[in-house]
Amino acid sequence: MDRFTWSNGLLEMNETLVIQQRGVKLYDGEDKAKLDVGIALLSTHQLIWRDLKNHECCIAIPLSQIIYFEEQAAGIGKRTPPLSLGYFFRRLTEELSQKRWESTPMSQPIPTATNSQTGRTRAVGIVGIERKIEERRKETEKNISEAFEDLSKLMVKAKEMVELSRSIANKIKDKQGDITEDETIRFKSYLLSMGIANPVTRETHGSGTHYHLQLAKQLGDILLAPLEERGGMMALTEVYCLVNRARGMELLSPEDLVNACKMFESLKQPLRLRIFDSGVMVVQLQSHSEEEMISSALDNVTDKGSLTAEEFAKLLGLSVLLSKERLLLAEKMGHLCRDDSVEGLRFYPNLFNSQA
Amino acid sequence: MSFEWPWQYNFPPFFTLQPNVDTRQKQLAAWCSLALSYCRHHKLYTLGIMEVQECPVFNHKNIDRKLSTEAILIVFEELRKKGNLEWLDKNKTQCLVMWRRPEEWGKLIYQWVSKNGMVNTVFTLYELANGDDTESEEFHGLEEWMLIRSLQALQTDGKAEVITMDDGKGVKFF
Repeated sequence: MDRFTWSNGLLEMNETLVIQQRGVKLYDGEDKAKLDVGIALLSTHQLIWRDLKNHECCIAIPLSQIIYFEEQAAGIGKRTPPLSLGYFFRRLTEELSQKRWESTPMSQPIPTATNSQTGRTRAVGIVGIERKIEERRKETEKNISEAFEDLSKLMVKAKEMVELSRSIANKIKDKQGDITEDETIRFKSYLLSMGIANPVTRETHGSGTHYHLQLAKQLGDILLAPLEERGGMMALTEVYCLVNRARGMELLSPEDLVNACKMFESLKQPLRLRIFDSGVMVVQLQSHSEEEMISSALDNVTDKGSLTAEEFAKLLGLSVLLSKERLLLAEKMGHLCRDDSVEGLRFYPNLFNSQA
Repeated sequence: MSFEWPWQYNFPPFFTLQPNVDTRQKQLAAWCSLALSYCRHHKLYTLGIMEVQECPVFNHKNIDRKLSTEAILIVFEELRKKGNLEWLDKNKTQCLVMWRRPEEWGKLIYQWVSKNGMVNTVFTLYELANGDDTESEEFHGLEEWMLIRSLQALQTDGKAEVITMDDGKGVKFF
């Protein structure tokens, strides 16, 4: 009995009334407490007993503090049929297992309509407004994370779909005779609309599609002049921008560009795709001689004493990225050495090698 | 006689650990010889990592370049591998610098001893390192720990014997 505290019987904002039961007597252990005829209210957070005769007499116990309870058929008020009290106990059991008071913490008590079952309570003042905003924010957050849950589920499904269509495509490839030409074409168009490239051809590098072959030829023609202008080398990103700007419509995807560039050699084009150690990809003229570039870089650096990548870029009219790659290559070959300080990265002629 | 700095000292890349392996080898070799000659010139036998960072050798204020702690430790490791350096503690805060190895000192000392016909004489360690007679010698002022090691090297060669006397150690040359 000592866990019960005096209460005003008011429900909190997040608290909901579950069930109430009239004609309930309170017993303290074996003794009858002074609280005789009253009404027991079960909410999501607490168990309240209010004296029917004296409405101000009201006590409550938080559900979280109920360790153990049991149903005792005998001795409960005569006026209450055991059936309804059994129902009360069932609801109590339910509330104790659901523990809804844990998800909606208690705050200041707010007056509420006594016998209503409504969960919504009017919020008062700034605190109320703040709380509403907080509620809304939590709602939004929940919605967003739920939505993304769906997105990741969608991605999983999409993957399965792609796998499925791939396997069907393979089956088509194998059993050419079973379906008509017409159907094959239709099926392929469905696949294409889903974003799967032509499944009948191999798409790994080395042996590309007819499309890539044509594209490579086209690129060979387009890129010659710009390459000459830029000293024989262009970063792949520059190529991408140049080509797509020229096309206007029917833009190239980066993937297609790379695949096409990989075919330069086999097509005997005067261009090459080259990948540096750092991963930077460039297209360069076949006639481009690396040694020449390196030795001219060395001359430039020696001339000026030392150069940063930016200074070198300005000197040559190259992009900073490419000029840095060239300097790094020269360093790798032992022609240059570096000075790394708070002032930046500078390259010097490698005097360690040349001077005794 | 003031210390003569090598050309590398005024070359900014000298103070950046070079990524190119061949270049780095040459760089480290230059650092080792610079460090040793500096210690020899100033007769430094022990170095502490803390002071070393501010020492003009590794911190060239004129060109605003200094060698990073990481690089200093790499240089020291090179020296250690060559037998010119020994760490005094596990944490690598203090070390002994042997710009001349004990064997080399031993040789010098023995040369002086035999040149002056003092073979078969007994010397105290103090006499050898700090006596008036040896003032013009290079090993004058040699720190005791180094002196002992050098004499021990001679001992191994059978050219000397370290003896313990009442007030310290001494050595007899053969």
